[in-house]
Amino acid sequence: MPVVEPEAYLAVASRFENIELVQAVVEDLLQRLELGDDDRHWIGLAVREAVANAIKHGNGGDPQKQVEVEVRIDAGDVEVSVRDEGKGFDPSSVADPLAPENLLRPGGRGIFYMRSLMDKVEYRFGAQGGTEVVLRKRIKSAAAPRAEEETRS
Amino acid sequence: MNIRQRQVGDVTVLDVTGKITIGVGDVAIKDAVQVALGGGARDILLNLQGVTTIDSAGVGELVSAYTSVAHRGGKLKLVGLPPKVNDILQITQLITVFEVYDDEASAVASFK
Repeated sequence: MPVVEPEAYLAVASRFENIELVQAVVEDLLQRLELGDDDRHWIGLAVREAVANAIKHGNGGDPQKQVEVEVRIDAGDVEVSVRDEGKGFDPSSVADPLAPENLLRPGGRGIFYMRSLMDKVEYRFGAQGGTEVVLRKRIKSAAAPRAEEETRS
Repeated sequence: MNIRQRQVGDVTVLDVTGKITIGVGDVAIKDAVQVALGGGARDILLNLQGVTTIDSAGVGELVSAYTSVAHRGGKLKLVGLPPKVNDILQITQLITVFEVYDDEASAVASFK
């Protein structure tokens, strides 16, 4: 299986204001793919949730710890992976936010957001620590941003 | 994000514009509702017409605001949901919790 090089790689300090930076980069890439406003908005929002979780829960808000983000465009899929330096967690232990007893809880909707807005959400846990969440969504217009340049060369 | 408070009869209206998102917008909603309650407000109408994005933290703050107002014996209702905010409330099923109105006059009248 060919390795797909990332279109973008970012490493940001664990500060909430950096969520805006990551979202801006991801949405700019998606705009080059000529995705519609709605797709851009929902993918951007899912990425925000992943980065927010990495900053808040993974890295405990410690700005010395980094969040790494990679964006790949592969055969009609957008794939965004977000890695933190945390200890990991058990995704199956997260309560269902749609359960009647949880509906009025202020927190606990981040993973649900991602799963609702993307086609596939996977968690990977490193042997040395760190959590990676991989978000995938099939898109209609998936011409690689560099396609035009490659055709010219 | 920006929040402007105004009074329409007995109802305190909070006009919210921009992003209700983690770090800034979610705290601003909490603060605005607490200030309104502290100033004697009982019934609060959140006008979300100018909201562009709401993340899970923002949704959480709407829920917190709803329960804070309810605990004081008042009601918190929503008006002017942009389509993307409406979609989020549908997905999270919070549309079944909040009373939502299309126009301000109907929303204000509903508190009576």
